[in-house]
Amino acid sequence: MDTMELLRDLSQATGVSGYEGEPRAVARRALAPFTDEQQVDALGNLITLKRGMRAPDTPPHSIMLAAHMDEIGLMVTDFDEGFLRFTTVGGVDTRTILGQEVIVHGKRPLPGIVASRPPHVLPESEQEKALPIEELFIDVGVSEERIQELTRVGDFITMRREFLPLAKGYASGKALDNRAGVVTLVGCMEALNRMQHSWDVYAVATSQEEVGLRGATVSAYDTAPDIAIAVDVGYGLQQGVKEKEAISMDKGGAIGIGPNFHPLMAQRLIETAEKYEVKYQREIIAGRSGTDAWAIQVAREGIPTALISIPLRYMHTSVETVCIRDIDRIARLMALFIAELDQSFAEALGLPKGEG
Amino acid sequence: MLLEALSNARGVSGNEDQVRDIILQEIRGYIDTYRVDALGNLLCVKKPRHASEKWPHKVMIAAHMDEIGLIVTGINENGTLRFDKVGGIDDRILLSKQVLVGEKEVPGVIGYRPIHLIAKDERDKAIEADKLSIDIGASDEESAKELVTVGDYVSFRTAFGALDEESRTVKGKAFDDRAGCAVLIELLKETYDLEIHAAFTTQEEVGLRGARVASYSINPDAAFVLEGTICDDLPKKKDTSPVTELGKGPAITFMDRSFVADRRLVELLVTTAKQMDIPYQFKRAVAGGTDAGAIHLAREGVPSVTVSVPSRYIHAPVSLLSLSDFDHTVQLLRAALYNLEGGLP
Repeated sequence: MDTMELLRDLSQATGVSGYEGEPRAVARRALAPFTDEQQVDALGNLITLKRGMRAPDTPPHSIMLAAHMDEIGLMVTDFDEGFLRFTTVGGVDTRTILGQEVIVHGKRPLPGIVASRPPHVLPESEQEKALPIEELFIDVGVSEERIQELTRVGDFITMRREFLPLAKGYASGKALDNRAGVVTLVGCMEALNRMQHSWDVYAVATSQEEVGLRGATVSAYDTAPDIAIAVDVGYGLQQGVKEKEAISMDKGGAIGIGPNFHPLMAQRLIETAEKYEVKYQREIIAGRSGTDAWAIQVAREGIPTALISIPLRYMHTSVETVCIRDIDRIARLMALFIAELDQSFAEALGLPKGEG
Repeated sequence: MLLEALSNARGVSGNEDQVRDIILQEIRGYIDTYRVDALGNLLCVKKPRHASEKWPHKVMIAAHMDEIGLIVTGINENGTLRFDKVGGIDDRILLSKQVLVGEKEVPGVIGYRPIHLIAKDERDKAIEADKLSIDIGASDEESAKELVTVGDYVSFRTAFGALDEESRTVKGKAFDDRAGCAVLIELLKETYDLEIHAAFTTQEEVGLRGARVASYSINPDAAFVLEGTICDDLPKKKDTSPVTELGKGPAITFMDRSFVADRRLVELLVTTAKQMDIPYQFKRAVAGGTDAGAIHLAREGVPSVTVSVPSRYIHAPVSLLSLSDFDHTVQLLRAALYNLEGGLP
């Protein structure tokens, strides 16, 4: 697997929450060679399974790896003199989309621009205010007469953003939150293919995270794993963000510590990283993590859950930026963690013995 | 398409070489002489078909090659780049954009704090440019210095492309004024009974610098300035001028903030448009300025007029124009030049 190329394909795929068809297809193609089963559930989750090689008298155990594949976006709400009015789907800072190219997913994909007024006609006082969404329009360059033939209220709009490799192993694009997480799942499964592991592994690309962790909720119920790791993005240290608010770039995955995460899971991940000298860092999250881990932890009778965050700059903009090395490190860490899963760890977690 | 190559070319004010090379390549076969002056203006002469002494004889046609952009002013400890704006840019359009830095075209992005870390009452404030920086992937000052230098020019990373076929709309950066450059190139493909001085000027966006010296050295009898101008025809609550409207033909300026157009040249354009049945509109706001502001004040003064292709979202990373407006602008100017052969009314 070429991390950069897979990230490019996933980043450029269109998949606003609830409409994850494109990234799902990319993820499925990438995961298929390394997994035994691939299924899509009622909410659009891609659930893949790679069976472990277990000794005859040990109970079966499984781990779920979850990374969401949906992205934030916009939606058409109205027409005005040939321009489109829209609303946001997920947490979009509308200040970051002025002058942005978009794709309106109408009868055919319509390229467009979030309209801005030229500075020549704007008094300086107006340039100090952010534009409320009521004053934003999308221009697809189509006449007023024809616009409603091509698009309708409810059509999704995504950012039109070419994936851009930067210097020093960094890369920028849209929807790296959390397609980068999906890449770690593929990297992990590929690595496991060359390793021995006794536990079954569900690698799940989840849907609808950005609108309320919905895919994770039902897929954790469905796969009913003994333990789970969610991979999502965390605030990477960047210009304008304080150190205490962020995790470091290029320092490896950030292992979550706090009530949302089982202490033994976090501890075991840290021990594994130390043992194999995989770069990692800690991220303290005092409560709600806002990730799939939040939903998975309370599925069924409760699931010991961990979170690994990929350091990511400029979250929820179309220029989200990651360090490719962090993705590779997280994939490797998860694979090593899984390869070492055994009955004694299951007992330490107090997991039911299973049916044997 | 020529407009495509011109739009994709990088030429922030003071750094117009790439644009000039493309233009020169394109026009060599249509001009008699050319030179590049001290400010980087490309000045071309196309001789008349027949020698004539009628006034006006020496006609200057100008379009500026430069575009708005950014320039690197420093490198932060964390490897990001500080910048200043070159030309008039609304700070608000800088957020979340891709850029190219310097001659090596090092890719970079302008990011901002995640929405999650911004208090609700902060979200209605615009972010000033000095709070932003360019991220090229370098993690410290030293590694950034391997790739960029203070003084490097920064342009938006935008690709030219078609929007709607039926409406003949296209998008790309710097239609102000690569649209004008493309019109001027088209005009040079014909021959007139006038001595045509085509001036592809520099540094318009920072104060009409190129046009000022070009018009001095050409010393023309009359001047036409070709522009990609403001088209602000968005739906608005208030009774505000759209300045120009997309698809309604070339925009003739009677006055802007930099000059008052010569009445005879305005009349020539309007009469020609009517005679040829070419759609036209007036630029309906005294906003913005063009090279005409410098040219009409050259030496003893030069009768001047500006004609523009209406362009939405100028001075932003991506602008939009209608190719039918573009074609009509070429047609109108060509016919007006022929009409001018008989002298001004």
